[in-house]
Amino acid sequence: MSNLPDGFKMRRLAVAGLLIFFVAVAAFPVTGLGQQGGAITVSAAISLKDALDEIAPMYEKRVPGAKIALNFGGSGTLQHQIEQGAPADVFFSAAEKQMNAMEEEGLLLNGTRRDIVLNTLVLIAPNDSKVVENFGDLARPEVKAVALGEPNTVPAGLYAQQTLEHLRLLEAVRKKIVYAKDVRAVLTFVETGNADAGFVYGTDARTSSMVRVVETATADSHDEIVYPAAVLKATKSPELAKAFLDFLAGDGARGVFVKYGFAAAENPAGKN
Amino acid sequence: MDLSPLWISLATSLVATAITLFVGVGAAAWRSSRRGFFAVVVDCVFLLPLVLPPTVVGFFLLLIFGRRGPIGQLLLRFDATVVFSWPATVIAAVVVSLPLMYLSARAALEMVDPHLLEAARTLGATEWRVFREVALPLAWPGVIAGTILAFARALGEFGATLMIAGDIPGRTETIPITIYFAVEAGQMWRALLWCGADVAISLLLLGGVYYWTQLQRATRGIR
Repeated sequence: MSNLPDGFKMRRLAVAGLLIFFVAVAAFPVTGLGQQGGAITVSAAISLKDALDEIAPMYEKRVPGAKIALNFGGSGTLQHQIEQGAPADVFFSAAEKQMNAMEEEGLLLNGTRRDIVLNTLVLIAPNDSKVVENFGDLARPEVKAVALGEPNTVPAGLYAQQTLEHLRLLEAVRKKIVYAKDVRAVLTFVETGNADAGFVYGTDARTSSMVRVVETATADSHDEIVYPAAVLKATKSPELAKAFLDFLAGDGARGVFVKYGFAAAENPAGKN
Repeated sequence: MDLSPLWISLATSLVATAITLFVGVGAAAWRSSRRGFFAVVVDCVFLLPLVLPPTVVGFFLLLIFGRRGPIGQLLLRFDATVVFSWPATVIAAVVVSLPLMYLSARAALEMVDPHLLEAARTLGATEWRVFREVALPLAWPGVIAGTILAFARALGEFGATLMIAGDIPGRTETIPITIYFAVEAGQMWRALLWCGADVAISLLLLGGVYYWTQLQRATRGIR
């Protein structure tokens, strides 16, 4: 008989323990936010990952108490997350399209938008393949698959399509095009030799030792590949967010961006 | 409006479900009469696609079926490539839906009373006949459940498909891929329309299966 109450006690204890655990988990993010006034979240395009992973600690070291949380994704995905109310203080896009849309929706803090870096678009091919030696080779019958990002959602894909149009190759290549959901997937398709060639950013091509750059698209063949950043209106720490933007446009951060293959934007201070 | 995703998705899911049905039930039948380490290894292999994220499954498939992969190389000898083609969507759908079919069929087959199988054997039935006329009919509800799960999973397959088949409109662009790109491009109405199509297909399927099982019960006089 005495076993039964004990069993009940144990179960009650377990339930109480679980409850405390859940309450603690539920309360944690709230207290976490409340105490650290110096924390901001930066939603940035995935192609900026390597550079920002290095720049954020630099800033945290320079400004004691500042905490930069980085959230990476496709620019379009990030845009939708922010539109749906995801907490972010700074948006760092890989293209103007998403930034323009958010500006029109009034989600940006006025006067904070500026261009930070520029990128290039390159044609890549597997290291060990000799089939593609220039843009014109894409029309050759031996070339079966050309990978590019889906133009409506992946900026690099749109630039690639513009380049093919500019070179009057789009009709010859159209049947060979395989769309990918991001530049990373294009890189995988070419690395594994399943696509004979693909269009990625110059910065992405540098990250892989299994592909070689065939040719770089000229600046006049596609829209300028510019990465704008802005502070979001919903931010709770506008000063810290603005200071971080200044830092991104400054010399220290520029050195890191250049190291990863970006070029500094011509007019980092301008543009509203 | 381009309806090709509908036909591609239907063809892919139907063919994939048919393949999954035979492979899944066959493997489950083989497994249900075995014990030991090797059988557990087989279990793990069949479960893997359920554990791994679909994109990772797709990446492995790309490595195996790709132009430089073992199977891809073999196919190249016959001047065939499977990556970035319609069969690739079927491969992805089969691989991700097989665990569901396998698990359901195995559970159903193991629930069959072994005495009934023994009885059939003492009456001189071959193992094949025991399976076909005793074990399988008794396990049928589980097999049907597995088939529904497998079809639903094949219809919704996205990650692995995009990895091994890419997105080629009119060739490998299935409904889930269409929905993904529509959402990403902010074309909400297009996305919702295709979501509706997916739901309609599932409802038609479930309704059809329900009606059919009712009919079966009525004709067989069970319950």
